[in-house]
Amino acid sequence: MEYAVLRSPRTLLSVGSAALLVIGLSACGGTTKDSASNDTAAGGQASAAADPNAAIKEGLKIAFLPKQLNNPYSDVETGGGKVAVDELKGEYKLVGPNDASASSQVSYINTLIQQQQDVIVVAANDPNAVCPSLNQARAAKIKVITFDSDASKDCRDAFINQATTQGIGESLAKMALEQAGADGGEIAVLSATPNATNQNSWIDVMKKELAKPDYAKLKLVKVAYGNDDDQKSFQEAQGLLQSYPNLKVIVAPTTVGIAAAARYISSSSYKGKVAVTGLGLPNQMREYVKDGTVAKFALWNPADIGYLAAFAGAAMASGQITGAPGEKFKAGKLGEYTIGADGEIVLGPPTEFTKANIDQFNF
Amino acid sequence: MSETLRRSDAPGGIDLDRRPDRAGAIKSRLTSWDSIILVLTALVLLIASVTVDNFGTSRNFTFMVLDLLPIILIALPMTMIIVTGEIDLSVASTLGLTSSMMGWLWNQGLSIETIIPICVLIGAVCGVVNGFLITGLGLPSLAVTIGTLALYRGLAFVVLGDGAVADFPWNYTGWVTGTIGGGAVPNVLILIVALALVFGVVQHATPFGRSLYAIGANAQAAHFSGIRVARTKFWLYVGSGAVAGLVGVLWTLRYSSARADNGSGLELAVVAAVLLGGVSIFGGKGSLPGVLAGVVLLTALQNALRLEDVSGQALNIVTGSLLVLSVLLPNITTAVRGNWQRRKLRRAAAAR
Amino acid sequence: MTVTSDRSAPADAPLGAPAPKRLGNLLKTRELGIVLALALLVAYTAIDNPRFLSGQSIRDNLLNTAILAVMATGQAVVVITRNIDLSVGSVLGISAFAVATLMSDHPGLPMAVAILVGLAVGAVAGLINGVLVRYGKVPALVVTLGTLYIYRGITYSWAGGSQVNADELPRHFLTFANDSLLGIPWLVLIAVIVVGAGSVLMRNYRVGRELYAMGSSPAAAELAGIKVARNLLGAFVLSGALAGLAGVLYAARFGTVDAAAGTGYELNVVAAVVVGGVAVFGGSGSVWGAALGALLLTVIGSALAVLDINQFWQQAIVGALIILAICADRLVAVRIARSLRKRDAHV
Repeated sequence: MEYAVLRSPRTLLSVGSAALLVIGLSACGGTTKDSASNDTAAGGQASAAADPNAAIKEGLKIAFLPKQLNNPYSDVETGGGKVAVDELKGEYKLVGPNDASASSQVSYINTLIQQQQDVIVVAANDPNAVCPSLNQARAAKIKVITFDSDASKDCRDAFINQATTQGIGESLAKMALEQAGADGGEIAVLSATPNATNQNSWIDVMKKELAKPDYAKLKLVKVAYGNDDDQKSFQEAQGLLQSYPNLKVIVAPTTVGIAAAARYISSSSYKGKVAVTGLGLPNQMREYVKDGTVAKFALWNPADIGYLAAFAGAAMASGQITGAPGEKFKAGKLGEYTIGADGEIVLGPPTEFTKANIDQFNF
Repeated sequence: MSETLRRSDAPGGIDLDRRPDRAGAIKSRLTSWDSIILVLTALVLLIASVTVDNFGTSRNFTFMVLDLLPIILIALPMTMIIVTGEIDLSVASTLGLTSSMMGWLWNQGLSIETIIPICVLIGAVCGVVNGFLITGLGLPSLAVTIGTLALYRGLAFVVLGDGAVADFPWNYTGWVTGTIGGGAVPNVLILIVALALVFGVVQHATPFGRSLYAIGANAQAAHFSGIRVARTKFWLYVGSGAVAGLVGVLWTLRYSSARADNGSGLELAVVAAVLLGGVSIFGGKGSLPGVLAGVVLLTALQNALRLEDVSGQALNIVTGSLLVLSVLLPNITTAVRGNWQRRKLRRAAAAR
Repeated sequence: MTVTSDRSAPADAPLGAPAPKRLGNLLKTRELGIVLALALLVAYTAIDNPRFLSGQSIRDNLLNTAILAVMATGQAVVVITRNIDLSVGSVLGISAFAVATLMSDHPGLPMAVAILVGLAVGAVAGLINGVLVRYGKVPALVVTLGTLYIYRGITYSWAGGSQVNADELPRHFLTFANDSLLGIPWLVLIAVIVVGAGSVLMRNYRVGRELYAMGSSPAAAELAGIKVARNLLGAFVLSGALAGLAGVLYAARFGTVDAAAGTGYELNVVAAVVVGGVAVFGGSGSVWGAALGALLLTVIGSALAVLDINQFWQQAIVGALIILAICADRLVAVRIARSLRKRDAHV
């Protein structure tokens, strides 16, 4: 066969130099990161005044768009949302992609705009990728509530925060100390992805806590990332134990990570020597709590997040609130909530699960 | 791949339709598949706009054009590559790599006007690597592009990790999602039409385009008749990479988010659309209008089903079935027609 | 495509021709290459961190390889016949979910039933692939790309967002992954049996050699009176059944099964097969080479974690390895062709 391509370096050269010329020409002047930083997308809508006494409308169309379908955690969240929408006599809808990719949510948002929903409750896979679509939705008079994972704050009306960052970080540090025992020792964190906003801010708070004298005996040796992928987390847990033979506790602030770490420990020779704690789902962890691998872990009630989000959305679509700080609204069985800075609504402190109480929870 | 797919491999001798005396029949069948897909597409569009609420609105039109943008652009060079009997599975990873690079370069403080041509060039370089391995070293394109599929996606993650770069200038991101004068025609439609015209003319109205069919039908014969097979294929891969790079830029701007995982899995959608459009995976057959119709059909169907609240899972089944049927149905019709003709002949003979 | 076909022709020839010994030697060097690479990698990692060679670590690596190796065995057989099966990841998913659901509904069923059900589900999926390829005359790439979507879609619709958790599965099912016979975990034992049986079948039995012949030259195989249809269906059924078996192992090992189980596995499996020295254009390579490929890919993954190398490099390294592997195969093929030509000239 001929190696024609190799014999024509001249063609390649000419193409290459032409391309370089184009780049050279365009390199002088133009929009760079610095010059562009000021002009952000103009979106949203003019906020009308809130009327705290407005009645909740019936028949509101409230659509939930979780990060992905078939994820047990978001199933529980949206399940709580369905209960709330039924209480509100609204129309509940659940849509979502099969993969948690940034772009796949956009098509679903577009569809919801076309279907003229009243409220979109969304857990953003990427805080920015969904923004243009969410702003289109808001321009079409749809209220946008984020839960679980926030979008940029200029493209949503309110964000349901599961718990304060401070509260979760403190609770993680406290559980790690309890598990390590009086003598302390080495601990490691098994997180989600290296850039997961939630996890990183919790770990930061945890590190600040560990710097305090109460935690002097704990030594954080490594933060590993399991990418919220079951197998990857499993392998990272293996890697941690190989690299740090004296490890006492693995703290996993993610439901995927804690389940994978617990499963690995419970089936290995490290069982009973290394403790696992963090944030997990009772149903996934029950097995490991009962066999003694895990003594204690924590989580907020995900069903309440969906429940609260639906009520916030309904209140907003009915004109009770606009998303401004200080406004109050009633969220059914959960009681009254106040909107905080940046439109954040905080659910409450996390629940701790142990062998004693785990059978009371089913999610 | 090539070999994996060679029609003669399917032992059952469908080689029949390569015989010269059946050339006319093939031609008519070919045109008929093209027209089937065109009619089917028109039908889906018509039925959907009548029966599906909110389908036929101008806003939905914009959404649909934006959804089909990446598939239709990458399908243009992919059609040519498959017509020559090769394949390029690395396109979506090339897209991801350019998206990552775009974010990284933007963070380095380069201007967007510099970044865009660099990104297209990066895509072209990815194509050069593919082209060299396939035509220079003579390696099978299926294996090579599965390898570079993993390689380019891996490099994309190396460049940007799991992070995202988002602060691209509004006048660019807004252009990609916007419409001409705020009307019903999306800006990117101009791009689609222009590129489709260029590729259509090259493929169907130039000697270069005709040579692709000759290569796909019989590369050896094409080589002996003076067609530079290796060089042609090489440039197709470079073109495919460059277009994938451009789509990487457009993708990043549309979602105003540069990420390493952008567009993952898109290669399957593109190949599915091209095959659905009537291009033979063995090469040598297929037309661009058919492919364009195939892309529109897939996108419109998915859009309409989503508006009707059909789950994404069902969309998977529909896509997969369409893909298999697009090859299976013509095969069955040929077999049935052959059977019927034979019977007719026999009956005629008996009557005599 | 065509170009490569006439190039590879000389390389294919010796399989049926009188130089099996020489080819065997060459292939041995090909597999020896993987063994060497593996040894190098393990040695380097172990020097950096001796715990990489601890019993637990070796056990973990073998357990992680087991599922991939089982699937690679079936894939190798299909690829040797000059076809491909991209649907294996989806078949794993549907089988894992079916078996997990069955076991959680009927906790009393023995493990053997779970394995049989998994094999059966996979075999049916493989049979559909095979029938479409052989009788529908649709190329394997198109068929299995289509069924990749279809089987996954069916699993998603069936699961409908539900998930089978470890606490719903019977204890004997879960402990199966960790229990061992004579210190070897069942999972690894099954993988060894599958790979061993596959290797022997392909090497020493008539049907195995026929599969090689079909991959070398489909037309010639048919003319030579080989039952091409039966063998082809058999290859696809085998690949499907082994993917189904992998689904059972997956469910037992991971305990948590949802509809997304095994998504994207097809790439790893094809990579393992190609890295293991099975030529994508069929007719050459071996099952145990593919299994070695699976082992190498797995060890790379865990070595990166232990060596503390940025995990993002992993995929890029896998891609580079695939390309390296096919370059090596090409080199071997060219060398065989040259040596054959030389010998022919002497005769």
